[in-house]
Amino acid sequence: MFQRDTLNSELSFFQKIKEMDYTLLICIILLSIISLLVMYSTDGGEILFHTKSHFSKLAVFFPLMIFIAFFNIRYWHTFAYLFYLLIILLLLYVSFFGLKSSGSQRWMDLYLFVLQPSELMKIAIILCLAKYYHRIKVENVNSMISIILVLSIIIIPIIFVISQPDLGTSVLIAMSGLIILWLGGVKVKYFVYSFITFLISLPFIISFLKPYQKLRILTFLDPDRDPLGAGYQIIQSKIAIGSGGLEGKGFLKGTQSYLDFLPEKHTDFIFTLFSEEFGFIGSVGLLILYAIIIFRIIRIGALSRSNFSKLFCFGFAFSIFIYIVVNLSMVLGLLPIVGSPLPIMSYGGSSMLATMIGFGIVLSAKINRKQTIA
Amino acid sequence: MIKENLGIRKSDVINRRMFIVGAAKIIIFTGIVARLFSLQINENKKYLTLSDKNRIREWRLPPTRGNIVDYFGNIIAGNLKVYQLHIIPEQVENFNYLLVRLKTLLNLSDKKIQKIVDLKNKLKPWDSIIVSENLSWSQFLKVNNYLYDLVGVKPVMTISRNYPYSEMYTHVLGYVSQPNEEEILENEIVKERFVPGMKIGKLGLEKTLENQLIGTNAIQRYEVNAYGKRINQLEHQKGLQGSKIRLTLDTEVQKLSAQLLSNKAGSISVMDIYTGDVIAMYSSPSYDPNLFLFGISQDDWQLIRNNPLKPLINKTLSGLYSPGSTIKPIVALSALENNIINQNFKVKCTGKTELYGQTFHCWKEKGHGFVSLKNAMKQSCDTYFYEIARLLGVDRLNVTAKKFGLGEKVLGEYFDNEKRGLFPNTNWKKNNLGRGWVLGETLITGIGQGYTQTTPLQLCLMTAQIANGGYKIKPKIIVNDDPLTLKDAKNSMELQSLQKPNTRLFNDSKNIKIVQEAMFSSTNEQFGTSYRSRIDNPKYQFAGKTGTSQVKRISKRERELDLKLEQIPYKDRDHALYVAYGPYKNPRYALSIIVEHGGSGSKAAAPMAKELFKLIIDRDELRDKQSNFENINI
Repeated sequence: MFQRDTLNSELSFFQKIKEMDYTLLICIILLSIISLLVMYSTDGGEILFHTKSHFSKLAVFFPLMIFIAFFNIRYWHTFAYLFYLLIILLLLYVSFFGLKSSGSQRWMDLYLFVLQPSELMKIAIILCLAKYYHRIKVENVNSMISIILVLSIIIIPIIFVISQPDLGTSVLIAMSGLIILWLGGVKVKYFVYSFITFLISLPFIISFLKPYQKLRILTFLDPDRDPLGAGYQIIQSKIAIGSGGLEGKGFLKGTQSYLDFLPEKHTDFIFTLFSEEFGFIGSVGLLILYAIIIFRIIRIGALSRSNFSKLFCFGFAFSIFIYIVVNLSMVLGLLPIVGSPLPIMSYGGSSMLATMIGFGIVLSAKINRKQTIA
Repeated sequence: MIKENLGIRKSDVINRRMFIVGAAKIIIFTGIVARLFSLQINENKKYLTLSDKNRIREWRLPPTRGNIVDYFGNIIAGNLKVYQLHIIPEQVENFNYLLVRLKTLLNLSDKKIQKIVDLKNKLKPWDSIIVSENLSWSQFLKVNNYLYDLVGVKPVMTISRNYPYSEMYTHVLGYVSQPNEEEILENEIVKERFVPGMKIGKLGLEKTLENQLIGTNAIQRYEVNAYGKRINQLEHQKGLQGSKIRLTLDTEVQKLSAQLLSNKAGSISVMDIYTGDVIAMYSSPSYDPNLFLFGISQDDWQLIRNNPLKPLINKTLSGLYSPGSTIKPIVALSALENNIINQNFKVKCTGKTELYGQTFHCWKEKGHGFVSLKNAMKQSCDTYFYEIARLLGVDRLNVTAKKFGLGEKVLGEYFDNEKRGLFPNTNWKKNNLGRGWVLGETLITGIGQGYTQTTPLQLCLMTAQIANGGYKIKPKIIVNDDPLTLKDAKNSMELQSLQKPNTRLFNDSKNIKIVQEAMFSSTNEQFGTSYRSRIDNPKYQFAGKTGTSQVKRISKRERELDLKLEQIPYKDRDHALYVAYGPYKNPRYALSIIVEHGGSGSKAAAPMAKELFKLIIDRDELRDKQSNFENINI
């Protein structure tokens, strides 16, 4: 008992600084700097709206991450369900009073910036399920009640997000949730069965999709069927990336983005611009940076004593990985176009807020890795 | 403790499952890197090309046509700077407002406005629409004054075809105008170089020499953004002007021809009898080709179309006329060559000849009495030629006529409206009319009536080949790379006739001489039909033959009435013809004149020859000096 108390006792401020994961921190700073440079390029080599806005978001959210890092991860455990419920309420609020933009209703106006609660749900679902699997007994993991419960935890936010409508984010939320189920020990056969069920019901799901969503899938299968319409984005994106070559066209010299051929170059297609200007070398470099970040997060999870920390770190690492894979596959023409930002790189406050919170929790897990959570 | 154990077991599960996920992550990341590799390294070239295709757009400008110059280097088809008004739709803020403004500024018609709207819907937003192709200076100033209000309008200075001698050369040069779709597709070069605003030859040499005259496009390359807006110019590639074409024509002679034929319908052709150079070729009346450059107005078009003198027809090449008495030198030559007659052969003319109950009249009712070949030619006695034609037969006459170029195109491929004409023989009639030849037809063929149809240029060539001693020449209107000097032409002519017997058109040069002398007497001896138009100065002295070709059969009553020219309706009046060559002592030029419905050849046509020979022979020396193409600076 004594031992546990010493382990669980609060670390001093200097101890916390000592325990900080600096490799991860440096990688995040590096990523932030790259994202600022690329944003500067999307503004046509000038410090305009997007660069300023991205900088100010970094300026707010980076300190927030450090602040969270110094918080004990225990508090996140304590308030995980509450946090989840809060986001559900926000989603509920958005579905009634949210801001509309280009046909979907996802945002709420917070005066200082516009918040997209579905982005925060990506973190909340990990926290919520991490706590659940931290607390549940191993024998009960595969009980019917447990399975139904966790599935409802995943499905409730997804219903809100899909109705916004936002297919991309809901898929990402589902993936983040399912990975915790996997890590938590849900039997492999359930995954296999549900995957088979999914495949069988796929035609029915497609029939429920909105026309523009169907169009995206068709366009993905054959981008040339409507090169100036639905296929335009993916064709131009591939042209930009492909024309970058080994070394790229050079910083601020990407003709595709400079001449406005790239759609949504600030947000979902930011990698396209980066890849056009910095080429294969730059792209692989960026991927390596992301890989290091993911690896560090997994390492922290592996070092953590508490299962909550483990589950969160592994889950968060996986979701970062999934965001990157979905985004890159999309711009590389490997997946249909679903709105999904590239962590930190893409312009957009809510996504960055969620990612920074996640990093903060991970850093906190590192600092408090020896702690157990009751 | 149990709880602890379970906890450890749980973390084992977590770690094990994490390991599986981690392996999957590495595989997926590798996949993404592979995809990047295939796009950026393997297919880099393909995407680089696509990216350039995206951002670089070419604007081709209309090519500048080559100049056409006369023999002396005067530009007869050149290029002028013109002011145009273009609209660039993508830059226009309010299209309807702009149209209303332009309509009032330039007095555009509703039809024109509709045309602009149609074009706007058809073209890409960065393609300019030409509102007005040829703004007057005052209109140009007006537009420039209001330019601040006309967003998207661009005043442009461009180059347009120009014919400084207006109607003088229309039938030779033709004109250029906007091509239609068919014309663009027809010609590969035009198809390749076509840009809106480009004009192509529609007629005459402008059309047949299109591929030489056209020139190449200037190209401007711009970097454009995704909306087609020009960001900056990358390069400007100058176009090459089309080839310069030098014609054999002499503007001064052409000018005089136009003057002589003013207010008349007819044609004048002048040819060098050795080189075959066409020195003048004018068909009257003509029209101003400049009217067609920017689309002719309905009023102007109707005026040209409805003119009873038919300006649209190139009479020199497509006008078909009975040669009348101008054929007589050939008839006489044919009879001599076939040994039907000799120069002393005489016929008694009583004013008419009876044949199978049909009466064939001589133009002189009282008759010429006993006439020799020379006198028959001099006074154009019809009875004499009825008789020798009868003796000769149409088939032998046809052979001689064909040799001298009747019934064949003169300038060949250069003019697609040139007619072949017709010189009949018995086979022709059987094949084409299905009936046998009648002897009476031989008689009227002998005086150039009946089925025979010739173009004025054919008559000119025929005369030239009699004048040069009976050698075949190749008429030309374009100076080729090695223009023949007179001496060269003469030498090569004799030389060629030795090598190629078919360029010698006679059996016995004495016969040519006899015909030449007869033609001389017709102009220079008393009672000759063109005696009044003679020039005594041997420098200008010429020999010729008049012709008067009937447009319709003269009825008995009309013959009795013997009406004056003015009393006959214009359409029924005879065509007046004259063929001549000179100077007689040392011949150099041949000409043919035809005045439609001008009455008799001696009164209406021959006097023109006098004027022409004076000018042509005065310019002879100048022309020889100009025979070297390279010395001419244009």
